[in-house]
Amino acid sequence: MSRIKLLLLQVLVAVVCVLAWHVLTAVPHGNPFLPPFFFSTPYDVALQIYKWFADGSIWRHLAITLTEATFAFIVGSLGGIAVGFWFALQPTAAAVLDPYVKMFNSLPRIVLAPIFTLWFGLGMLSKIALGFTLVFFIVFFNVYQGVKEVSPTVLANARMLGMNERQLMQHVYWPSALSWMFSSLHTSVGFAVVGAVVGEYLGSSAGLGYIILQAEGIFDIAGVFAGMFVLAAFVLVIDAFVTWVERRLLVWRPAAAETRT
Amino acid sequence: MADGATAEAGARESAVAAAMALRDVTIAFRLGDGSVYNAVDRTSLSVADGEFVTIVGPTGCGKTTLLNVAAGLFRPSSGSVNIFGAELFGLNRQSGYLFQSEALFPWKTVIENVAIGLEIAGTARSEACERAQKLLARVGLASFGPRYPHMLSGGQRKRVGLAQVLIRDPKILLMDEPFGPLDAQTRQIMGNLLLDLWSADRKAVLFVTHDLEEAIALSDRVVIMSAGPAARIMGDWRVPLVRPRDIAEIKLDPAFHELHREIWQTLKSEVLKGYAQTDGG
Repeated sequence: MSRIKLLLLQVLVAVVCVLAWHVLTAVPHGNPFLPPFFFSTPYDVALQIYKWFADGSIWRHLAITLTEATFAFIVGSLGGIAVGFWFALQPTAAAVLDPYVKMFNSLPRIVLAPIFTLWFGLGMLSKIALGFTLVFFIVFFNVYQGVKEVSPTVLANARMLGMNERQLMQHVYWPSALSWMFSSLHTSVGFAVVGAVVGEYLGSSAGLGYIILQAEGIFDIAGVFAGMFVLAAFVLVIDAFVTWVERRLLVWRPAAAETRT
Repeated sequence: MADGATAEAGARESAVAAAMALRDVTIAFRLGDGSVYNAVDRTSLSVADGEFVTIVGPTGCGKTTLLNVAAGLFRPSSGSVNIFGAELFGLNRQSGYLFQSEALFPWKTVIENVAIGLEIAGTARSEACERAQKLLARVGLASFGPRYPHMLSGGQRKRVGLAQVLIRDPKILLMDEPFGPLDAQTRQIMGNLLLDLWSADRKAVLFVTHDLEEAIALSDRVVIMSAGPAARIMGDWRVPLVRPRDIAEIKLDPAFHELHREIWQTLKSEVLKGYAQTDGG
């Protein structure tokens, strides 16, 4: 399928959905299938989004959410890489700490949010902390796997070519771990955004999660939907950026081996 | 055909000049249920400097394990390995190893893959790349430098592997069924390429294959291993065919056929034994 045709079909899906939404909230007249009070209308939502962008108030919220997600991603990735390497190269440490890692990972992060708010305040730091707990585990598991799953033949070959431990790290373990990490880039970036928005939703004074919460508080359904659409568009843009980065970083990968976890 | 005793004597006799000598090597694995599996039993083999020796044996006879012992990647349960007269501890740094399965670094380009052997030894990157490029030209991949391994065919990847190993100019080449997964035509081309590169400076080669024709066509000596467990060397033949050889043409030589028939007499029973075991287990 050509790119243009694909894009047209993708747009068509959106058009059909919005049209259905419009019809169901407007027909039959006076007593529609979807009452606008609960479902709003495409027009109201579009108007709300337009207002946000027209008066420029949305930019501040977007910038804050983006900052939180970016920091959560960076700090979470650094932590995940460090601990992932440590565990992969020190099997004893990995064996001892394994149950604790599983324990923390199985914890629903949402229960941590109030504690983080208590510890780090209502500002950005608590949202970054929440995003960190999400990103960290994804990166950690991938790096750990990446170091451990290096092909034994490639490793033996590297040794036979004369690499010492430091060179093995640089030329074999590191690229392998990074390739695993990059293949989960979509997931970890997505979770960084989720962490930021959920954190804002549970207590903050700015950000996309905050404006959705504010709209919900006054039963402004158009505002809630508008917030969700802006969030969705925001995630799409970030995802496109990640795809662009990924394509540059993983040029050596055969296309068929690309994973989307 | 030599029996075990004379093969051992031969190994001891030539140990002084040998590039590589395995002496009474036994390789045993402890299995999951606690029993011990004896893969290779008291095997001695020596490769003289400049000699091309091929080990042929049925599947699962421990050929690869024996090669790993020679490379220092695997420690034998007993016995010793001598490289140019010095006993081997740790990795065999004087040898290059061409593996059976994919061993290239997938995240490096072809030229980086070849140059890495020099770079890690401290050669400047520009010089390493220059020499890698020359070697790539010799294996017929001059214009493939900027590509990644996954963009290459199996035969091309083997050529890169060969260049990767040869750039360090090892004194000994260890090759584990390097052309195994390739199609028949590519194998012949690769065989000729190998002989061509080898004839330039005649390194000691220990080559492992299950293909007797390939073994005779390439080598100075063909060694037959018995089917495992407790695999041993069953025979040791000199290949009197003249060099330089062409893999495809040498197979039409009557002397080739005679030798093939002779060795096959020994190999056949071992191959059948090997199959019986793999079927049974």
